Amino acid sequence: MRLHTPKTFEQAVAIAAAAPGKTRFLAGGTDVLVQLRAGMVSPDDLIDLKHIAGGKDISATGDGGWRIGIAVSGAELGRHAGLVADWPGVVEGMQLVGSTQVQGRATLVGNLCNGSPAADSVPALVTAGAKVSVIGPQGQRDIAVEDVPAGPGRNVLQPGEMVTALILPPRGKHGGDAYLRFIPRSEMDIAVVGAAVNLRLDGAMITEARVALGAVAAKVMLVQAAAQAIIGTALQDADLDALATAAIAAATPISDKRGTADFRNDIVGVLVKRAARIAYARAKGAVK
Amino acid sequence: MSKIHVTTTVNGDTVEFLAESRDTLLDALRDQLGLTGTKEGCGTGDCGACSVLLDGVLVCSCLVLAAEVQDKQVETVEGLATGAELHPLQRKFIEHAALQCGFCTPGILVAAKALLAQNPDPTESEVRFWLAGNLCRCTGYDKIIRAVMDAGAEMRGAN
Ligand SMILES: Cc1cc2nc3c(=O)[nH]c(=O)nc-3n(C[C@H](O)[C@H](O)[C@H](O)COP(=O)(O)OP(=O)(O)OC[C@H]3O[C@@H](n4cnc5c(N)ncnc54)[C@H](O)[C@@H]3O)c2cc1C
Ligand code: FES
Ligand code: FES
Repeated sequence: MRLHTPKTFEQAVAIAAAAPGKTRFLAGGTDVLVQLRAGMVSPDDLIDLKHIAGGKDISATGDGGWRIGIAVSGAELGRHAGLVADWPGVVEGMQLVGSTQVQGRATLVGNLCNGSPAADSVPALVTAGAKVSVIGPQGQRDIAVEDVPAGPGRNVLQPGEMVTALILPPRGKHGGDAYLRFIPRSEMDIAVVGAAVNLRLDGAMITEARVALGAVAAKVMLVQAAAQAIIGTALQDADLDALATAAIAAATPISDKRGTADFRNDIVGVLVKRAARIAYARAKGAVK
Repeated sequence: MSKIHVTTTVNGDTVEFLAESRDTLLDALRDQLGLTGTKEGCGTGDCGACSVLLDGVLVCSCLVLAAEVQDKQVETVEGLATGAELHPLQRKFIEHAALQCGFCTPGILVAAKALLAQNPDPTESEVRFWLAGNLCRCTGYDKIIRAVMDAGAEMRGAN
């Protein structure tokens, strides 16, 4: 295995494009090193992205959104007051990833590109409407976060392509988001179900909403029908029930050692309601 | 394949070693540098026995490549004591009998040191969440938590 430490994205892409065999990028390495050790991947070229200038930056975009560098760790994300104020759901999703030790290394883009259906930061990125900037041999393109995973352990990036930044849109007024997951213990486990909700209010009325689920399909899924169930409502009990029903109808969970499909469906209903309530309260400015 | 020459700082000393590209920092510390205080429990980031500070950030050394630490500052459990004088955390671990087999202890000491550096007066639940990535099969954790809180108190000069 050859280890590369490019200083620019252009160099990184050139190395990836010219590599004859298997390549992997190394951000925090909290997935890659585990996979290396398990023999799940055996890259010929490993490209460390942490020497690329700007990788650790979190900067405001001209329109009021945020641009997050590819080497920003979960712990650094959590320390950024502006980001926490705008997108608490995104930050809380990422901060659920692993232990203090893992938080010191793990990145949002690594969590996304690794392609786990249970990736904890991805549902809230999807509901936020985040996108990734990608460069490759064919040039530059943006991809919506929900379109990045291609199935367990896979993503849509073409050979030689890589993510250069994650872009969060402007929060705007009267908005709130939230992410919740269920695990059988209080820390250090993989989500049995994850649910994210992002919404905007006009007075008490929800005018915009996005709902996403994790760990209940081959990919994190955006559930339009669930969002429709609460748009135009003030999130009364009947609206929450309709939200849960729509989310459960969209979920296609499997049964495994972490939970049966029936159990996962029940939890989808519970979590999506709770996440919606938190997002609603945040949009009202009632809670952080 | 040619090895990678790495120069770095470990516990304040400049050190050099040769690493294979796949070697982890944990491999280098134990096998190249003879610093066997840092333990390997799982090799997959789950147990925290291999915890070290990398440029002041708490990480699992099993999840860092040896070649990644070029020009960085690494701190291991061997760097805690000053000469023959134990760090307050080490003394409190002995006082509270916060270890049995001791395999988890180096990782927990390093992790607790990182916690107290950024939060000198943590609550019990903050200590428990901070140390959630450090597994102990012996103690049941309670004495560890007490020892960390007591060390924090001593370091704040509270008793
Ligand atoms: C003990 C432990 C606990 C964990 N707990 C959780 C958890 O609770 N929830 C959870 O979701 N995950 C968890 N994980 C998994 C992992 O920590 C996360 O997925 C993490 O966010 C991965 O980020 P990274 O920077 O470490 O990625 P890396 O391991 O560096 O990379 C992951 C993948 O992304 C690709 N990649 C990285 N950056 C780019 C880029 N810029 N462009 C293109 N591809 C890129 C790499 O090629 C690789 O395939 C855990 C892992 C460990 C070891
Ligand atoms: S050996 Fe590194 S976390 Fe267990
Ligand atoms: S003292 Fe034995 S594992 Fe903690």
